[in-house]
Amino acid sequence: MTMPAPQSESVLSRVVLAEADIDRALTRIAHEILEANKGTTDLVLLGIPRRGYPLAQRLARKIAAAENQTTGSPLDPTAIVGQLDVTMFRDDLRHHPTRPPLPTQLPPSGIDNKVVVLVDDVLYSGRTIRAALDALVDLGRPRAVRLAVLVDRGHRELPIRADHVGKNLPTSSAEKVRVHLAEIDAVDGEPINEVVIEGPA
Amino acid sequence: MRHLLSTRDLSRQDAIRILDVAEEMSAVGEREIKKLPALRGRTVVNLFFEDSTRTRISFEAAAKRLSADVITFAVKGSSVSKGESLKDTAQTLEAMSADAVVIRHWASGAPARLATSDWIDAAVINAGDGMHEHPTQALLDAFTLRRHWAKISGVPSVGSDLSGMAVTIVGDVLHSRVARSNLWLLETLGASVTLVAPPTLVPVGAERWPCRITYNLDEALAAGPDAVMMLRLQAERMNAAFFPSTREYSRRWGFDDARLAALDTHGLDHTVIMHPGPMNRGLEISAAAADSPRSTVLAQVRNGVSVRMAALYLLLSGDEHQSPATEPTQENPR
Amino acid sequence: MNAPAPARYLIRGAALLGRERADLLIADGIIAGVGQGLSAAGAEVIDADGLIALPGLVDLHTHLREPGREDAETVETGTRAAARGGFTAVHAMANSTPVADTAGVVEQVYSLGRRAGWVEVRPVGAVTVGLGGTQLAELGAMADSRARVRVFSDDGVCVSDPVLMRRALEYVKAFDGVIAQHAQEPRLTEGAQMNEGAVSAVLGLTGWPAVAEESIIARDVLLAHHVQSRLHVCHVSTAGSVEIIRWAKARGIRVTAEVTPHHLLLTDELVRSYNPVYKVNPPLRTSEDVQALREALADGTIDVVGTDHAPHPSEHKDCEWAQAAMGMTGLETALSVVQHTMINTGLMDWEGFARVTSSTPATIGGLEQQGRPLAEGEAANVTLVDPEARWVVDPDKMATMGRNSPFAGTELPGAVHATFFRGHPTVLAGRLNTPHPTAAEESTWTG
Repeated sequence: MTMPAPQSESVLSRVVLAEADIDRALTRIAHEILEANKGTTDLVLLGIPRRGYPLAQRLARKIAAAENQTTGSPLDPTAIVGQLDVTMFRDDLRHHPTRPPLPTQLPPSGIDNKVVVLVDDVLYSGRTIRAALDALVDLGRPRAVRLAVLVDRGHRELPIRADHVGKNLPTSSAEKVRVHLAEIDAVDGEPINEVVIEGPA
Repeated sequence: MRHLLSTRDLSRQDAIRILDVAEEMSAVGEREIKKLPALRGRTVVNLFFEDSTRTRISFEAAAKRLSADVITFAVKGSSVSKGESLKDTAQTLEAMSADAVVIRHWASGAPARLATSDWIDAAVINAGDGMHEHPTQALLDAFTLRRHWAKISGVPSVGSDLSGMAVTIVGDVLHSRVARSNLWLLETLGASVTLVAPPTLVPVGAERWPCRITYNLDEALAAGPDAVMMLRLQAERMNAAFFPSTREYSRRWGFDDARLAALDTHGLDHTVIMHPGPMNRGLEISAAAADSPRSTVLAQVRNGVSVRMAALYLLLSGDEHQSPATEPTQENPR
Repeated sequence: MNAPAPARYLIRGAALLGRERADLLIADGIIAGVGQGLSAAGAEVIDADGLIALPGLVDLHTHLREPGREDAETVETGTRAAARGGFTAVHAMANSTPVADTAGVVEQVYSLGRRAGWVEVRPVGAVTVGLGGTQLAELGAMADSRARVRVFSDDGVCVSDPVLMRRALEYVKAFDGVIAQHAQEPRLTEGAQMNEGAVSAVLGLTGWPAVAEESIIARDVLLAHHVQSRLHVCHVSTAGSVEIIRWAKARGIRVTAEVTPHHLLLTDELVRSYNPVYKVNPPLRTSEDVQALREALADGTIDVVGTDHAPHPSEHKDCEWAQAAMGMTGLETALSVVQHTMINTGLMDWEGFARVTSSTPATIGGLEQQGRPLAEGEAANVTLVDPEARWVVDPDKMATMGRNSPFAGTELPGAVHATFFRGHPTVLAGRLNTPHPTAAEESTWTG
């Protein structure tokens, strides 16, 4: 039974990726994906809610822009991106407060025989990705599935690894990695992009 | 939410949350693979002290789509012939480690009794108790109404309520658990409700209910309701002197062809006709009304599975030792 | 073990009926002296500082369940409960199995009561054979029996046939009997589960309209007037009933009325829990009814408190509301509930309390030795009450076999310190003591 850790008196918070770092990391991942896939053919990016989805959208835009530059043929980034909700496939539903499921939205082309790149913000135990693989199986049969994450913080509990990683962050399990994305997060009313590590002082 | 016993217990936020989750469940119902693993290894018992094939199979489908194990326990016996006692049955189910009990009972309050006694620890879902309540029916009706209302208001269904909607409920209000559950829920969701019934079938005390009560169906229709919900007339009421004859009942309180035509005359293009089923065609509703494009009867049945999936998921998925929150606090849980 | 109890008791400094303090000397079954500074010679002294002395309580409405439902209560356990509640006499209702509708059954109950020796047990005879409502039972034979029945009732069932009710009212004049009516129009209460009103409408339980009680009371007071007989109305529960009884008394009709402790305190709001411990006949009504009943008891429109003590085995309450039996235990909580609702509210003093719980019920029931003044030469049926005590009701600690107290977990004022039944302390220092010593003789007598 995992119990929420009591809030320690002082929490140290340090920014490990700033807005420009995140953008650079995503640009690099976008190019890696294009290279691995040899272009955009059959490519589908599925973001895992909540923060994997805006990351997938950003990657799709970067991929579309790069593709337009190299091939000159315009690509609609929204046509290759979708959202994959994994709530109902989690193995820890009984150990957390009830999570309401979020919509799953696939691009119009579907995922059968596609190369699906799952996108999430933080790779940690691997359990979310395990749930995502199960969710994917019920939706169709991709030709290949790859994984892109902004941060890999280690501490894997399952034989899962990412194909594309923005940044490897060695952490202790007492620390929390928080990803803030402007599409969702704001500080003092200002949208913000950053990756923060919080830990006991 | 530990149990689902009455729509009176639901806040606006609770109700919208159930309906929103039901929307996601409904999306799953349109996929090729309609099953989700969320309740794998959990046991849902359908405990029926009263026959109701429709409600039973709807709950059964809902539980199975969530991968729960389903046990159906039909108890013979009625208010006349006393069957196995509720307590003994409950303790049997406890011994079988039931996680949820979906209970249909002819006695008002039997689900509440199950939930508040120390006989059993499982989550209790009221699948209709006597003349008291039928909360999942009201939720599926609200789900159906919300989709309709959101569509004609041009807003997304998820997150919205029934503010400004006028709903008229017609028939045997006195004996109807559907009417009670609907009244409380519709009011919570912001709809205004009118009850239409013969005076003999309006309960004493209903004058304090948050609704308008009238005996005249034609006037109620002329007032321009957005939905008309017809209640089933139970056979046993027909000979109990609540009204002179079924013919007279049908003439005054049945949704017949003339009243169907009156909706057009009044310019009520968007008004839907609802019925919880099973229908007495030709009595409380004419065949033409039941089969008209305004009828939501089949949508109600379809939505029933989604709403019951939502209820089962919300009752069984959370850690019961923590208070349910809408958002997990840690965004990247292990 | 069996040391003979001292025959003399000196109760030192009790407030008689809550007023002046005096000593009471009890000897040989009677009050041998009342006054200041009485001699304690040869007597066991009971310090009654702060206690109130009352005539022993008399219940016109008790279900002792024996014969027939000894799993619910016996005469022995029921009268123990009565003694603990401060009672020195109870009227055992006729709805036993077999029904107390013959001299044989009432004599059996009477004899069981004598043998138990905790209180005086006066059987109530059924009005109709088997409570069937069609044929008068042998009322005269029961009156002439050793049980000397004076109160007749089909309680649990209403004598709804107006002709039969008229005949019963007339017939009991021959031996100064009284018909105690359970006022419930049967057709208006078919399948009824609770008071009909705002709460029943929400709960979907079949309503029990006030008019079902009131229409029978209205009819019966008119019948009693017409045949110049006496009528007792059991467990009045509605404000409308109070109005009818008030009207009847103003017209000089010989009607007396009773209210239960639970109808003085509880309302139908409690039914929202669907807990069958609150299921009772007549049903719990609204707070307006409760207020009207309290006022009626204070102003004399309602004459007596009757417990309607109705113990049930647990399985009859451990079930759905609709399946549950109707009734609540009451003997061991009556005094406290009446103190709480009538005295602590300022509606009534202890003298009034003695009137409604002892002297008037004794008069209605025709009990010569009960409900008498606390005066020299009277039978020593005396209850000592500690009005300042507070206690939390725990059905598991009661003497009754019934666990169906609606007051479980409630803190109530007032406790019985001692009960003297014909000069013998059946309760002492708040605990059950021993039955009256003549109880053993009775068992020899019936042999």
